[in-house]
Amino acid sequence: MQAIIEAKNLIKRYNDFTAVNGVDFCIDEGECFGFLGPNGAGKSTTMRMIYGLSRVDAGELTILGEKISLTPPAVKAQLGIVPQEDNLDPDLTVMENLLAHARFYGIPSGEAEARAKELLEFMGLDVKSDDDVESLSGGLKRRLVIARALINEPKIVILDEPTTGLDPAARHLVWQKLRQLKERGISLLLTTHYMEEASQLCDRLVIISQGKILAEGSPAWLVQTLIPPEVIQVNLPSTSLPTGLAEQVKKWKAHPVILPEMTFLFTPAGDRLWEQLPSLGLNPRSCIHRPSNLEDVYLTLTGGNLGQ
Amino acid sequence: MTVNAWRVFRRHLNVLKKTWLNNLMFNFIEPFLYLLAMGFGLGNLVQEVDGVSYLQFIGLGMIASSAMWAATFEATYGSFVRLHYQKTYHAMLATPATVADIVLGDLLFAALKSLIFGMVILFVVTGLGLVHSFWALLILPFMLIHGFFFATVALTFTSWCKHIDYFNYYITLFSTPMFLFSGIFFPLNTLPAWAQWFAWLNPLFHSVEVVRKLGLGRLEPVLLIHVIILIALSSLLAWLPIRMMEKRLIQ
Repeated sequence: MQAIIEAKNLIKRYNDFTAVNGVDFCIDEGECFGFLGPNGAGKSTTMRMIYGLSRVDAGELTILGEKISLTPPAVKAQLGIVPQEDNLDPDLTVMENLLAHARFYGIPSGEAEARAKELLEFMGLDVKSDDDVESLSGGLKRRLVIARALINEPKIVILDEPTTGLDPAARHLVWQKLRQLKERGISLLLTTHYMEEASQLCDRLVIISQGKILAEGSPAWLVQTLIPPEVIQVNLPSTSLPTGLAEQVKKWKAHPVILPEMTFLFTPAGDRLWEQLPSLGLNPRSCIHRPSNLEDVYLTLTGGNLGQ
Repeated sequence: MTVNAWRVFRRHLNVLKKTWLNNLMFNFIEPFLYLLAMGFGLGNLVQEVDGVSYLQFIGLGMIASSAMWAATFEATYGSFVRLHYQKTYHAMLATPATVADIVLGDLLFAALKSLIFGMVILFVVTGLGLVHSFWALLILPFMLIHGFFFATVALTFTSWCKHIDYFNYYITLFSTPMFLFSGIFFPLNTLPAWAQWFAWLNPLFHSVEVVRKLGLGRLEPVLLIHVIILIALSSLLAWLPIRMMEKRLIQ
């Protein structure tokens, strides 16, 4: 395995705000690597440094073997970018968007047309080829942005929150396409704040909060290793909890994470804890017993910091 | 001049091909209204200016001003919409294109719009029999120099501009005074001597002189100085929108 992107103690500051604060990661060729974190965690800033919209302030960033301060055109030529905000050209049609983009890579127009047709087909957009971009739905726009990012046959595709704002059907379709890209050997780097997206797509991911990486590993490994397998979710605001609940549940080997609107009791033995709920002063009707998931890892690590 | 600046220009050209009817047609109306109101209306009260009819005097001057407005609107509202609302610049920056490519592409396109607008007015005033010399053909290549300069100034403002409403200030406080005191509507030699020297600080004055004298076939060595001033100012200033856009886009 060869590293295609490597960051060592990567730092980015805006005046006195440190957006990325000493981040290390290493992305291997052909894998799907995720950045999971709340808004403002530093995910997008890291992506911007990789695709050349931000300068590296300190630390090292190496892309495809080249040390980067501001990603140069030759490296950008190997990347495909799906930005957080759709920035399709509203003055052009679907097809023209791809062709105008292809021109910047010096792709001859005949070949650009062939590739564009193939990509529109791949993304299920071939019938929309001559439509105005403005007439597309959110999901179709997103698919077109992904098609556009593939026009230069990139080695790495960087997706900044690829499915934010899409309905579940559109989201699953995008995921399916991204999996197919991975099968073709394209490395994917994506940011998301959807736990499901991260567990569906990523081989490995980092959980990032306030500019720092809190954990790294495969989604399954993170869930298995970092938290107990079960959780009882108490759907009560923290002000309505019985006093001393945190101390009480610790006697039952449960680990409480108390958020303003709800509380999680992580435990290796959910059934035993469930039986104790009445004695802890909790009504089982306001509680849910379920297996723990990536979101729970995330909430535990960040202490409930959802970026609000 | 890089190949990617040319590609940015090509993108704008694509769009122009699709939208020229909406984009260009109505902008031609304003200079015609001026010609009508000033040339025919006011012209009846005015005998001759600098040895030519008033309509001829302002008609030739309007070539320069409508070309200036074309470059100015393109490099203010046009560029700002791409920069701020459509994020077209960001999309281009994801490719091997650089900020310098994008700025140069926008300047070239604004210069082209200058040429188109100048050309249409030139045709019209020629049709009205106001052009007396084949030297007038040199107005066309000059429109590119002229347009590039005004686009550079406008795009510098755009790269600083945070809100689309601020362009009102640019237009009212900068472009309009330049337009009114450029020697289009009255000869500047009617002003006191100090004010005439002041006119040399007005970039549009240089263009109006060049365009009008070419149209009348009155070649003078001083025209070369006017042209050189515009080229020199353009090459001195063109790095400014590039630097300022870089500061704005690469954070």
